Amino acid sequence: MSSIEERVQKIIVEQLGVKPEDVKSEASFVEDLGADSLDTVELVMALEEEFETEIPDEEAEKISTVQAAVDYIKAHS
Amino acid sequence: MSEERKVALVTGATRGIGRAIAEQLADAGLFVVGTATSEKGAATIADYLGERGTGVVMNVADDGSVADTVKHISEAHGAPLVLVNNAGITRDNIMLRMKADEWSEVINTNLNSLYRVSKACLKGMTKARWGRVINISSVVGTMGNAGQANYAAAKGGVEGFTRALARELGSRNITVNAVAPGFIQTDMTDALPEAQREALLGGIPLGRLGSPAEVASAVAWLASDGGGYVTGTTIHVNGGMFTG
Repeated sequence: MSSIEERVQKIIVEQLGVKPEDVKSEASFVEDLGADSLDTVELVMALEEEFETEIPDEEAEKISTVQAAVDYIKAHS
Repeated sequence: MSEERKVALVTGATRGIGRAIAEQLADAGLFVVGTATSEKGAATIADYLGERGTGVVMNVADDGSVADTVKHISEAHGAPLVLVNNAGITRDNIMLRMKADEWSEVINTNLNSLYRVSKACLKGMTKARWGRVINISSVVGTMGNAGQANYAAAKGGVEGFTRALARELGSRNITVNAVAPGFIQTDMTDALPEAQREALLGGIPLGRLGSPAEVASAVAWLASDGGGYVTGTTIHVNGGMFTG
């Protein structure tokens, strides 16, 4: 079983088409990884699917970095 | 995607234009879910669609009803990838006499419904990287019509919404268009007084009302693979009464 960090990284790589080594914990999806606003919505949808959870819109808007995604999943699983 | 049977959601499918759309989309091989505001209407839809779809009760004017119904449809049949926002009402009155309720009911049912239903369906389309949103507008949204300031405002809004959403979702292979019928033979136009009807016909080069099927075939084309390069536009089906 991979760690939450690894699973989140894998999804970000798939969704945003970036290299695994660029997915650093402090990286911002929009500023560092080239995501647009639709990409970030899709990323959240993919996280919801992977971790079988529902992320409310107001929480989803706060998930703007790799670390924020990992923290959210850890707090809610 | 093409091997799998796609699900189409058509709001206001009990009769008139909505019914013709539901039938033509079913003819094109889609599984059609038609919505009605009553159990009786839903049963009518289920009956005329038979094996090719089903009818559900949904009130497009109500947030909770839309969210619950779309969720239920997605679980039972699959996420709708073709959405036809057709449900609409009229509450005609001259502006000087128009009640606040007449204004807001029309805006809520004919325009705010697009926010609710489209939003509920867009996640599924985004995931599928394929989608068709087709909004039923009206020639009145472009030309205006005395006694229909509320309806014209809503339909003008529908067309603006269509253009904005088309730009937003193009990168995900989701097209968004409007179809603007002129005067079509339905319960809605049967309610017009005879004198107004005669005057109307004088302004239609083709000299007759349109049929619901003639509107539905424009919708079916937009939903088809052949309509895939058209987005952000309004197709006018009005016998020539307005020529953009």
